Amino acid sequence: MAGRESLWNALTAPLIRQNPVTLQILGICSALAVTTSLATAFTLSVSLTVVVVLSAGLISLIRRHIPNSIRLIVQIIIIASLVIVIDQILQAWFFALSQRLSVFVSLIATNCIVLGRTESFARSNPPLLSMVDALGSGLGYSLVLTVIGACRELFGSGKLAGVAVLPLADEGGWFTPLSLMLLAPSAFFLLGGLIWAIRSLRPEQAEPPEFPPHETGEAR
Amino acid sequence: MADLNPLSLWRRFLTLPNDSRTKTLVVAFLVSAVCAVMVTAATVVLRPIQAQNRAAEQQARLEALVAAVPAISDLVARAGGAALSTVVVDLDAGAAAGGVTPETLQAALADPANWTALSPAEDVAGLGSRPDYAQIYLLRDGETVSLAILPIAGTGYNGRIQALLALGGDMRMVAGIAVTEQSETPGLGARIEEQAWQQGFAGKQLFDDAGAIRFSVARGPARTEHEVDGITGATRTSNAMTQMVRFWMGPKGYGPLIAAIRRGEF
Repeated sequence: MAGRESLWNALTAPLIRQNPVTLQILGICSALAVTTSLATAFTLSVSLTVVVVLSAGLISLIRRHIPNSIRLIVQIIIIASLVIVIDQILQAWFFALSQRLSVFVSLIATNCIVLGRTESFARSNPPLLSMVDALGSGLGYSLVLTVIGACRELFGSGKLAGVAVLPLADEGGWFTPLSLMLLAPSAFFLLGGLIWAIRSLRPEQAEPPEFPPHETGEAR
Repeated sequence: MADLNPLSLWRRFLTLPNDSRTKTLVVAFLVSAVCAVMVTAATVVLRPIQAQNRAAEQQARLEALVAAVPAISDLVARAGGAALSTVVVDLDAGAAAGGVTPETLQAALADPANWTALSPAEDVAGLGSRPDYAQIYLLRDGETVSLAILPIAGTGYNGRIQALLALGGDMRMVAGIAVTEQSETPGLGARIEEQAWQQGFAGKQLFDDAGAIRFSVARGPARTEHEVDGITGATRTSNAMTQMVRFWMGPKGYGPLIAAIRRGEF
């Protein structure tokens, strides 16, 4: 049985040290699309975390009986069904939010983090450990989305979770919103900055350069 | 003698090697069946709540449309706070439907006898068939109708588009539009939901002087009083909007009703 220490490790490693978004660069698409406001980023984070934990648990339960030849299809079916269930729940009880997330809830099914965790971890580990590991990955993803979502909403519209924080210039305040922050490229910039910051603090995450930098004559 | 005890059969099945053909097929079938039950259960159990949400949203959009149409607040204020009246109309007769009320409309439309199949030539909006009854909203100024809000529908690029079209009292000029449901491509066709685009509808003339329908969504910016700006990269969606308005303003749509309102029969 897994010791308490390895459970704790599985939970906390993906937060920063092995973060699926900033280290493995997975799940970028949704990280760009839904982070225009904190509420949408948070909803998608919660949805993804629930899906990844449940699918890891289910797949880990039947891991000994998944035929190798159809393992990916079996995993995808389970993940996609869970995604549909979550989407239906959101449409029923969080209608406004689900309208704003539009297709991105359904696209959780194609999120590499989910299939990545079930394929590489849940398929060969007991349910509890798999679910804790999946929870860690989900939280790591949520952490990045929340940080980016908070930045974009704060600087893009002067609000945080819908509450005005910076008084807007056209409403008599001093803050002129950066409309770039509401466009997808800004999420790239923020994500790039975040990855740079993390890798400066933790140099072991930096990848070795694939090519030696080219020295140009004019630069001297 | 074959052992038919289900439990021991199940155990024997589980001990089969994972890559045997039987096990592959049975596992695939069982996983699909369990997932199908899960998805179906969620959909069926949650459908009533979702339908309620959609109805509430439709109502909210109707109110937003009314608020966005210029001068409408004046009209409502002059009517003494009297809000829109809801009327179920018989589309072929162009008159208020006898016997069908807003409460019983849902049940009436569940009966296929109350739908009219459209021939391909008539069916410019890609609907297939059209209900015989529609729930419309009227605002009156004294005895005359000063605004009519008509639900319209059509088939867009990715699926059904529904909208509420508001016509001024002369039944020729568009007062406004609100798209209530669409599943067009986000960023392209889905821009029909944007306020800025919808505002382009206000003041457009649907018909020319001879009474023929001339409304269209232009390719590019609007040039005439019949045109609305096109949406770049969403030709199919723009065309769908054109066809949808043309169909519903035509003889198979609200044509008879519009004629009746012009004659002052409402």
